[in-house]
Amino acid sequence: MTIETAPAKAEGVDTPTPAVRSTTLLARSLRLWRTRIGAVLGLILVLIAIVGPLVAPHASDEFITKPFSSGAASGTMFGTDYLGYDVLSRFLYGGRSILVIAVISTAIGVTLGVVIGLVAAYARNSLDDVLMRLMDVIMAFPQIMLALVAVSLVGAKNWVIIVAIALTTAPRVARVARGAAQPVVERDFIGATEAMGMSRIRILSGELLPNILGPMMVETTLRLTYSISVISALAFLGLAANPDAPNWGTMIQKNQGALSYQPWGALLPIMAIALLTMSTGLIGDGIARTAAGIDRERGDE
Amino acid sequence: MKWFRGGGIAGFIIRRVLLGVLVLFLVSAIVFLSTQALGDPARAILGRDATPDRLAALQKQLNLDSSKLAQYFQWLGGLLHLDLGTSLASSQPVTEVLGDRLVNSAVLVVLAAVISVPISIAIGSYAALRREKIFDTVSSNLMLVLAALPEFVVALLLVILLSFNVFHVFPPTSPVPVGTKPWDYPDELVLPVTTLVIAVAPYVSRIMRASMIEVLESDYVEMARLKGLPERTVLVRHALPNAIGPVFQVIAINLAYLAGGVVVIEAVFNYPGIGLALVDAVTNHDIPVVQALAMLIAAVYVVLNLLADVATILVTPRLRTRL
Repeated sequence: MTIETAPAKAEGVDTPTPAVRSTTLLARSLRLWRTRIGAVLGLILVLIAIVGPLVAPHASDEFITKPFSSGAASGTMFGTDYLGYDVLSRFLYGGRSILVIAVISTAIGVTLGVVIGLVAAYARNSLDDVLMRLMDVIMAFPQIMLALVAVSLVGAKNWVIIVAIALTTAPRVARVARGAAQPVVERDFIGATEAMGMSRIRILSGELLPNILGPMMVETTLRLTYSISVISALAFLGLAANPDAPNWGTMIQKNQGALSYQPWGALLPIMAIALLTMSTGLIGDGIARTAAGIDRERGDE
Repeated sequence: MKWFRGGGIAGFIIRRVLLGVLVLFLVSAIVFLSTQALGDPARAILGRDATPDRLAALQKQLNLDSSKLAQYFQWLGGLLHLDLGTSLASSQPVTEVLGDRLVNSAVLVVLAAVISVPISIAIGSYAALRREKIFDTVSSNLMLVLAALPEFVVALLLVILLSFNVFHVFPPTSPVPVGTKPWDYPDELVLPVTTLVIAVAPYVSRIMRASMIEVLESDYVEMARLKGLPERTVLVRHALPNAIGPVFQVIAINLAYLAGGVVVIEAVFNYPGIGLALVDAVTNHDIPVVQALAMLIAAVYVVLNLLADVATILVTPRLRTRL
């Protein structure tokens, strides 16, 4: 992906600065405390979401005792929920779907956005204008609203939620990708690759993309944060694919009525979503700062 | 669009308005297509007891027997006359169903904007002045964390903190009854408005901080200081007006975001605004209401962005001369 050999420095020639590898950027960002805290938090929550179902003391649909019983009364750690199920087990089961849908939809949205942004930046003609106006149209809908409307039309299915989130993520990413790629397109080494007869796809993927990896990694973590927000908010509004399945958003919705006397059913998933979004936010900021630091060292800015 | 330049500020504003109209026109086409092509509202209303006769009658009543294109222009014409059709759930005009709710939501958004913008500009500016000092570190990190939290999580944490579990100060829900106005219940507005303020403040204060730092390092601020102007004058007369330009964009984007953000907040607090109306309409498949709200929120977004672009140009002399 990157240019391995150091290019010869010639006077007055715009030699390409080797793009920073994404792994280098990640490793260097881990020198910052915020990234470390974010990574540890994220790791814990991902572990809970993925391993949770394997270690849960009860099945996700096992009736324990009457709804909203305290821990002592039901013989469980955090009591029972609105259905009389074990809060802890529902919590351990409830993160997986949110996390999986968030990662898939963000990945699709970011890929789509980067492709559109790079094509627009490289085109430098009316195609650029048309693409970006189209992105404006989609961006006129807030993410949560478009997702709500999509769900109302087609039904609360997982693929609908994924498509809605990917579709609303793409234009926002495209804007950033285009902004980051525009100055790169103007540089001499892009002209050189064109002169060498390199194909458009290879220029976009091999030359442009590595040069905007930093901002794109930051954007990806930001978008992942928002995807988690929107997906859990949809479930909170009662629009998860399966309203009876254990899901952190659904748990908050159904158990919030008992917050004053049996808070754990809502409190655990609230904390989990808060810490999960915090962790992606911290990691993103850490990467952004590291990338800015590398740019400063090189004198790009 | 290179043919589309020149004309100074007036030309710029006209261009932006035309672009906005174009975007809204495309938005209306998308809203109409997606709401019409995917479901037959007559079938949705009648549900399981849809006999072919009743279906045909209702389709005629809803004007569904004409061509899609004719329906679209009829709907669009109605929109331009502020006739948004009839709600399928309540059989009342959509404007009547949404009128009060629009006022309620506007109260939330305007209050949140009026409170959050000055606060976050102050926080951002002060953090820039005390760069890398304790206030800057604390506020920057706090804002970073708050920016990441979903609004409904912020809302619920406030409810836990201030209504249920720690303090018992503010009511946990804000169900403004029909016929009354939200400002009759100031204590019920506190939590929803605070949530919205927390949702917006991080973005505005962060961009304000960055913009202020840049301005404080500029030559003209240095010059003003060297002239011996009092620090107060340097900041208020020279630094602040120049730093605030880029902030308009972020404020506009965030206000537009609030128009969408209220959806979930209103659901948390059971506050009868357009957000709750949207959730209800979505649950009831009330397509005219969904269409009207989608157009409304999109229009708010386009208009706010337009205002931000114009305001940015007007307050930034550097950009004005470049037109």
